[in-house]
Amino acid sequence: MPIVLKCHKGIGPTVTGVALVADDNFSARYDLDRINGTFSRPAHKLYGERYVDRILVLVTAKGGVASAWMLREIAARGMAPKAIIFDRANTILAQGAAFAGMALVDRFEAGDPTRLIRNGDELRIEPANGLVAILNRE
Amino acid sequence: MLAGEQGRARRWALRHQIEVGEFFDARDFVPVAQAHVMADTESLGEEGVRWLEGLAALTPEECRVRVPTITDPRGVDFDTYKRLGQTDAMADIEARAIRAFEALGVLMTNTCINYQTVLPPVRGEHLAMGDTGVVVYSNSVMGARSNFEGGPSALAAGLTGRTPRYGFHLDTHRAGTRHFHIGRAPRGLADWGALGGIVGRATNSYWEVPVIGGIERAPNSDELKHFGAALASFGSVALFHMPGVTPEAPTRDAAFQGRPIPAATMIGEAEFEEFYTSYAAKGDRVDVVVFGAPQLSLLEIEKLAGLLDGREVHSATTLVVTTSPEVKFAADRMGLTRRIEQAGGIVAAGICFYQSYAREMAEANGWQRLVTNSAKLVNIIAGYGYKPTLAATEQCVDCAVSGRIV
Repeated sequence: MPIVLKCHKGIGPTVTGVALVADDNFSARYDLDRINGTFSRPAHKLYGERYVDRILVLVTAKGGVASAWMLREIAARGMAPKAIIFDRANTILAQGAAFAGMALVDRFEAGDPTRLIRNGDELRIEPANGLVAILNRE
Repeated sequence: MLAGEQGRARRWALRHQIEVGEFFDARDFVPVAQAHVMADTESLGEEGVRWLEGLAALTPEECRVRVPTITDPRGVDFDTYKRLGQTDAMADIEARAIRAFEALGVLMTNTCINYQTVLPPVRGEHLAMGDTGVVVYSNSVMGARSNFEGGPSALAAGLTGRTPRYGFHLDTHRAGTRHFHIGRAPRGLADWGALGGIVGRATNSYWEVPVIGGIERAPNSDELKHFGAALASFGSVALFHMPGVTPEAPTRDAAFQGRPIPAATMIGEAEFEEFYTSYAAKGDRVDVVVFGAPQLSLLEIEKLAGLLDGREVHSATTLVVTTSPEVKFAADRMGLTRRIEQAGGIVAAGICFYQSYAREMAEANGWQRLVTNSAKLVNIIAGYGYKPTLAATEQCVDCAVSGRIV
């Protein structure tokens, strides 16, 4: 049986993918090179990592409002993460995920997901049911 | 609206708002007096502009906004874009976005200082503001009520005239949760921004409300503007209280809504020094000096003109000032723009530098080392490949003139 984590009801479709985890925060404008698909802010813990088609697992959203447009824009070019998991989302990333049709969940019963999910874990996110399954661990 | 009887634009808007509202457990909607849309073309991209054009192609009855809806800075200023190394393709997509917004009935104010220049929010007024600096100022300094509303959500609010009632629309989220005490008075705009950065880094959550004590005198609007913008940028913070200064905090107890007051984190000389040191690069060549983020008020521009009188920006350095179209008009009329441009500076209207294809400008102009008095900008701009340094306004001008960090 995979490990199943309960969270608040989320946004977007059910998806599966591989986790990219860091004890850090997120802004599409501040942190990403959206042309090359990598984290580009030197101070970010995922600096240099490719994020395309990964499930980002981060603590919270920070900074500006641009991410609300940018998630849809990078999705249209095939340069988006597959989904985002936060300990606690802010309004912008929730709005951006809704606009982009991207899966996003937060508020886990067991606490901070960056401590529960490991880099490289294979995940299935069910936003409508408020569930995240870690498929490669029992 | 949801059944589509009021058109496709309003149906999309309400569906979007319900999805977001359910995520945040909103129980109903609240009417808003204004919406403010962040939608620079760098963020929109081709996809976003096409989506706007799709809305704009509907009939006016279907697509025009219902409450006054204004815009944040744009990606391009048509009068200065070539001097900044921006391209005709950027200007073309900008023109398309503007045409679409105008068809939707959106007022192209192109400003992130609308609380200084357009229609200041009022205590208790519910709003749908984009731009984190606008939200934190409206909530904290004016006592209005808004969440961070990204471009699509702010536009949705303009179309429906309401927004889901969650977050900072509710009393319960407006109580102080973190406590800071200032032991060293900020001495200028860069210091106020640095203070916002220090408190923002320590707070680091949209859902926390910092209370800042120890303020010796009431800061002016530009000081609070830089403080709030940096606080929001570093910490994703949407509301702060300053007992004795901001309207919901006549006392410290009121700031915490009568709840237990947490022990205060002290902020003194050492914290300021550490903040500046993390961006220091003394002696380095300076490629570009930027005054913006947020756009400058008329009084900031007047001060800058005075600092530049009789001096000349170094030939290897570019000095850029960004302000709102209304302030630019006033600065033109009063001769301030002429004084800054005589010294070799560029005064751009309706943009705010980091929302204006900053990476492409850096590549086109060979810019790397950037000096600014904006703590918000030093936080953002490193992600675009710049090496930023924070300095006082006077020091920024000295850097621009000498071409080196002094």
